[in-house]
Amino acid sequence: MNGNTIEPARSPSDRSPRAAASRSIRTPDASPRRSLSPENSDPTLSQRVRKLESRQPPLVERLIEVTIKVLAYSAVAAMILIFIFIAKEAWPILTSSAIHREVTLAKMWFAQQWPGYDSPEHVWQPVSEIPKYGVWPLVVGTIKVTFIAMLVAVPLAISAAVFVSQYAGRRTREIVKPAIEFLAGIPSVVLGFFALMVMASWFQDLFGFDSRLNALVAGVALSFAVIPVVFTVCEEALGAVPRSYVEASAALGAARWQTITRVVLPAAAPGIAASIALGLGRAFGETMIVLMASGNAAILSATPADSVRTLSATIAAELAEVVFGGPHYTVLFTLAVLLFVVTFGINFMGDQAISRMKRRMGVAQ
Amino acid sequence: MATLPDDSATGSLAVRQLSVYYGEKKAMGPVTMTIPGKRVTALIGPSGCGKSTFLRSLNRMNELIPDCRVEGAVKLDDESIYGPGVDAVAVRRRIGMVFQRSNPFPKSIYDNVAYGLRLGGMNDRSELGGRVERALAHAALWEEVKDRLHESALGLSGGQQQRLCIARALAVEPDVILMDEPASALDPIATAHIEELIHELASDYTVVIVTHNMQQAARVSHNTAFFYMGDLIEFDTTQVIFTKPRQSRTEDYITGRFG
Amino acid sequence: MKGSSLRPSRWPHIGDVVLWLATGLATLLVLVILAVILIDVVKNGAPRLTLGFLTKAPSDGMTAGGIFPAIFGTVALVILMTIAALPAGVATAIYLHEYARPAALATRIVRIAVNNLAGVPSIVFGLFGLGFFVQFVGGGMDKLFYGGDKVFGQPALIWAALTMAILTLPVVIVATEEALSNVSPDVRLASAALGATKFQTIARVVLPQAVPGIMTGAILAISRGAGEVAPILFTGAAYFLPTLPHALHDQFMQLGYHVYVLATQSPDVDATRPLLYATVLVLLVLTFALNASAILVRSRMRRHLSRSHG
Repeated sequence: MNGNTIEPARSPSDRSPRAAASRSIRTPDASPRRSLSPENSDPTLSQRVRKLESRQPPLVERLIEVTIKVLAYSAVAAMILIFIFIAKEAWPILTSSAIHREVTLAKMWFAQQWPGYDSPEHVWQPVSEIPKYGVWPLVVGTIKVTFIAMLVAVPLAISAAVFVSQYAGRRTREIVKPAIEFLAGIPSVVLGFFALMVMASWFQDLFGFDSRLNALVAGVALSFAVIPVVFTVCEEALGAVPRSYVEASAALGAARWQTITRVVLPAAAPGIAASIALGLGRAFGETMIVLMASGNAAILSATPADSVRTLSATIAAELAEVVFGGPHYTVLFTLAVLLFVVTFGINFMGDQAISRMKRRMGVAQ
Repeated sequence: MATLPDDSATGSLAVRQLSVYYGEKKAMGPVTMTIPGKRVTALIGPSGCGKSTFLRSLNRMNELIPDCRVEGAVKLDDESIYGPGVDAVAVRRRIGMVFQRSNPFPKSIYDNVAYGLRLGGMNDRSELGGRVERALAHAALWEEVKDRLHESALGLSGGQQQRLCIARALAVEPDVILMDEPASALDPIATAHIEELIHELASDYTVVIVTHNMQQAARVSHNTAFFYMGDLIEFDTTQVIFTKPRQSRTEDYITGRFG
Repeated sequence: MKGSSLRPSRWPHIGDVVLWLATGLATLLVLVILAVILIDVVKNGAPRLTLGFLTKAPSDGMTAGGIFPAIFGTVALVILMTIAALPAGVATAIYLHEYARPAALATRIVRIAVNNLAGVPSIVFGLFGLGFFVQFVGGGMDKLFYGGDKVFGQPALIWAALTMAILTLPVVIVATEEALSNVSPDVRLASAALGATKFQTIARVVLPQAVPGIMTGAILAISRGAGEVAPILFTGAAYFLPTLPHALHDQFMQLGYHVYVLATQSPDVDATRPLLYATVLVLLVLTFALNASAILVRSRMRRHLSRSHG
């Protein structure tokens, strides 16, 4: 029942038929709905009855409801404001001629011929005599680290989700799920710290890399942050597969592993896809882990063992020392716009893919 | 103990002293009966009398429930289903099941029917296609879906989905088909279709059907078993059960005095 | 198949063994990773974790003393953040769950915004905090109220808290929505049948039942707030402050930020190492306590729910 559907006519005047009916209480047929005593000629009773019939939600309630509805748009407002304000600070890269002397969007994306180099190169070196703002080393760095993180995290997380939802007993589940939730709660700065202080040395001893802090270390540490994200959503998706499917498959003579691989996993596919999209978004935008563990050298290379610099880490590392409003400042905000748009795109596409998959599979009960 | 004047056609189930326990509590049994091959046998009785539990122990589906224990023996023709070294998975390829609520996979109609065949390793497309068509025809569904085999099975109506589940079970060509109240979730017209189907299936398969609808049992089955409070009370031809039952409890149930 | 063997082989299905092993090992590996991190931190940080550590200020160039200011700053930040995030988050969840029509455009826009807000990189939040709160709002306040003096137009506790509030908004919203949907529809119907308006049902029946879930959301948000560093890099955190923050426009020390600076910019890594590990340990213990209480609240809520539904 919607609180506002019943809106009886308000009759301020005593002469309305309704009021008259309420007042003729002596006739049992005309007695008001809520009258308890048949013999009552008290006019205040009829007034009270009328008020009951013409009840409207009090002002306070309606005010609160309005407040709720306004506050509900805070998320929308936040998204819009975020975009506006980072775009505002990045806008000069398109318009300001002072900035264009040092850098333009074209100079960021295309290889430039710098003095002292043999051929045009992408170089990111904003703090130098001749500031260079080649973006590709940062983009490649981001992709490298994200790729390594996903490569490690996704198989581990999905396998663990399968184990917990399909094979594990209740006690095992009660240990594993909270443990992974705790892993999820570890602040990324702690993971970065661990990578920097401990993992880097291990990897160095194990593999003998040139750079102690590199894409591999950062990527693996990043995967620790991605695993819980993918695991949680996957495990829910797998658990939501109706038991009737499992029964049907068993009744047709399928072994447990066949039921899992042929029925359960496909049925949970939209959820698994969602988990990967979420994990990707998390990996892509993560700042602290890479800031601390990737070596922060903007090198353009494909080797995982080289130091890298990601977009987010660049912003975090360099913003402290820029001139407010200057070219470097503007470029950093441009990078932020890029990050914002790309993560929005990943999330959005992830949502679309999931709803498309759900539609194709029919509405499962 | 009940046997019926039928030959030992293939697909008969010999049940001996079968009991099912959930933890310490006995849910059903001991039951001894021989379900004749290539006939329709109906299991009737009031709610909670153990007929579904009995049915599920015929294809070892009870093992999916934790804490469930089965005692006694069931033999498919001459092979014991519960013997040592017998694989439950292999049993279910010979004894199939259709459930009360249709449960097609969220896959295409074709993939649903082909599922059991692919499990068995069949991958040749023409062979699969032929078997799928045969199973769907057997389930009286082919004409309705032949033009949309690759659409989602979840788009079919309730009655069609149930027939699809029957086709899916038929595709692997089992000896026996168990049906747990197959029409109880369907409207009268769909129910009539299913009943017709059951009748036709009897020429090729042994059918055991649990039903709470006595008229349905009378219409559809050759033999009927009456269960009550976890025990088998009477097992005879349908004609006898519904006209001259020997046990008074059977008669009370048939005439509607309880249940 | 008619006539197929009932005993194909004596071995259990190889596939089952393989799948069980592979997935089980993966699970084990994840647990091992967690254990390794924890053991390392506890082993190296526990020796330094004394009462004095928790109550004193750092000294001797971060090689001695304690981290009380960082704890204080973290708590202050988190309290302000929760005050800002809870009303907005709960209101959004109530709107989405109780008032909005599922197919309406407005509803879809709000949902898209919430989903995407959760995915915005934390550094972008930090930049937003800098560009909007510090410079725009803060700078504006300075011009209006302080005649151009730099009071609010610089990194400050309040701006960091508001930035964090936006970041944790989705956490509160999701947890609250889950709590609202766990309230049984029967109870709502009963309330409506007794003549309550929608608002009354929500305020008197639904919301009280949803409180544990909302608390879970708040606790999880607090957990994020205590550990996130990127958003506060430019909006208020500082490495060493001689005094504790006592006004909204003061800067503050924070546990996570302290770890970051100490780990990456310490002049003498070996000397500051014990303090660093101990700080990480404090941060982890805090996170663990918060997560554990969230789990406890949630499980007690679930048990209560199942009991009331008999």
